[in-house]
Amino acid sequence: MTSLSRLRPWILSSPGIFLFFCMLVLPLVLTAVLSFNVFDHVTGIKNQLTLEHYVTVLTDSYYNGIFWRTLWISALTALLCLLIGVPEAYILSRMSNPWKSIFLLVLLAPLLVSVVVRSFGWSILLGPQSVLHNLFAALGVGPIKLLYTESAVIIALVHVMLPFMVIPVWTSLQKLDPEVQNAALSLSAPPLTTMRRIILPQIMPGILSGSLIVFGLSASSFVIPGLLGGRRLKVVATIVYDEYMHELNWPFGAAVALILLTVNLLIMVTYNRMVEGRYKKSIG
Amino acid sequence: MSFLSLSNLSKRYGNQYAVADLSIDVEKGEFVTLLGPSGCGKTTTLQMIAGFAEVTSGKILLAGRDITHAKPHERGLGIVFQSYALFPHMTVRDNVSFGLEMRRIPKNEREERIRSALSLVHLDSYADRYPRELSGGQRQRVALARALVIEPPVLLLDEPLSNLDAKLREEMQFELRKIQRKVGTTTIMVTHDQSEAMSISDRIVVMQQGKVTQIDEPYRLYDQPRSTFISTFVGKANLLSGLLRLSDTGFNLVLHECNIAVPDLSIDPGAFVTLSLRPEKIIFTPVGQGQLDGVVAARYFLGDQWIYYLNTAIGELIVVTSNDDSKPLPEHTSSGLTWSTGSLRLLTDSDHQP
Repeated sequence: MTSLSRLRPWILSSPGIFLFFCMLVLPLVLTAVLSFNVFDHVTGIKNQLTLEHYVTVLTDSYYNGIFWRTLWISALTALLCLLIGVPEAYILSRMSNPWKSIFLLVLLAPLLVSVVVRSFGWSILLGPQSVLHNLFAALGVGPIKLLYTESAVIIALVHVMLPFMVIPVWTSLQKLDPEVQNAALSLSAPPLTTMRRIILPQIMPGILSGSLIVFGLSASSFVIPGLLGGRRLKVVATIVYDEYMHELNWPFGAAVALILLTVNLLIMVTYNRMVEGRYKKSIG
Repeated sequence: MSFLSLSNLSKRYGNQYAVADLSIDVEKGEFVTLLGPSGCGKTTTLQMIAGFAEVTSGKILLAGRDITHAKPHERGLGIVFQSYALFPHMTVRDNVSFGLEMRRIPKNEREERIRSALSLVHLDSYADRYPRELSGGQRQRVALARALVIEPPVLLLDEPLSNLDAKLREEMQFELRKIQRKVGTTTIMVTHDQSEAMSISDRIVVMQQGKVTQIDEPYRLYDQPRSTFISTFVGKANLLSGLLRLSDTGFNLVLHECNIAVPDLSIDPGAFVTLSLRPEKIIFTPVGQGQLDGVVAARYFLGDQWIYYLNTAIGELIVVTSNDDSKPLPEHTSSGLTWSTGSLRLLTDSDHQP
């Protein structure tokens, strides 16, 4: 009886554990093992272990450049999403129905469209002879090359990632007592000060999780950089794809993927510690 | 010229008036309560004074200055919100300090004022706690300290005690009054609780459907209610409606074939009037010796008082007696009832209940 009751939590959570094991732990371990295997262009994967792939990625300036580009694009995307998404969520939370529902739907609607379709949409809009291009030309600016540049990737990423920023921030705004803002105003705080000292600190958890989600998804995004960055503007995810599908160098691709995972985790944990550490005591 | 004056203040939502043509003059240092049932416009009035609700028409003057359309953060009023609205991410000290920082008070003076505000509400040792670590009553005190520390010309209290439990509410009522007396800040409170309003206000403004129905001191409001609504909303009342008649013994109210002597109301005989009789003004007498006889239908013990419901020839009457050493009347017994004619009050409104 007692042994059964002790086992019960394990039995009940076994489907979840099984799923996580099969879908996450096992593939990760296999990828990790694969990344240490020796690869030969003639004979393929060999049963020998090596650190060569890691050394190549970490020392070769070509790969370093790609990692650096991936990270700054992701960080900039997260920053832009923060700058656009936080005010957007705030305005959204202050709206009254039916406008609130309508704009929330407008905001979420892009999530219902495939990323591939949206990327092609952007490539039409940003490409040469596009509406935007002609508009710039009419204004006497340009010609500006947008498609197949970092700018195109960032524009499309911000568009795709914005809901992931707005929703957590909006959720934490919903939890605010609306009277708190009035309290600050009544204590002679001008609206901007109220925003900075009263509203912002309270929605910090939402901003934190929003920017982490955006950064993480951007750093591992594949379709948008692939379609809008073109063949020459590589990011880490497209390198992994190339190694697996074109070079057939699976061990090298696995090593790149794992380094991306590690770097991503390190950056996110550090950021989380930094922001949370500052607000932990007060937010509780 | 009064200190705070609201003149012909109106607030319209759509084509519905939440507050209509409201005029109140508040003297410096006065404690005025807006009392009324929910939806009577009392909170809207408070929000217009605070600047959170746009005024449709009318004027608000504070010490001679027109603040009708001033921004909330330019009015400098102290407000205690119903939910307290403390800043959850700040300590008690920072909460109280916020208003002083916004006024650019130098640090030394700020600390001194925070200390005295916290000691005023007996929270000296809680300065470093966060609001979530405090009880409801303590949060209430922090909210009060935060509003008072800026030494506002007017303190606004929005249902300040409604989130506290009964015992604490009573304690805080007297505490609030004591603090207000000590600092002398002109105070306007909004509440739907008549006992709260009566125990701490200098004057009560009774509101009903966006309109002021009576402005009076608590004692006068209770003793001289002007309408049936007020007489039943503020305390309990027996309402007697009947035809006024003049006989050789004086004025009489004819009610269910009974004649009840009434004071001279300076109203022409023949009018249909409603009189209010407070339950505690009725005295039990031996059967046959009072103005009426009644049978105890039900009685309730409240500790300090008894409430009796008696069936009489003029309908059901409520009688309240204090729990003195006399023996309470058992149910189904008869008793005589009497009262002094002078304790009958004429209600002048037209909403007679049949």
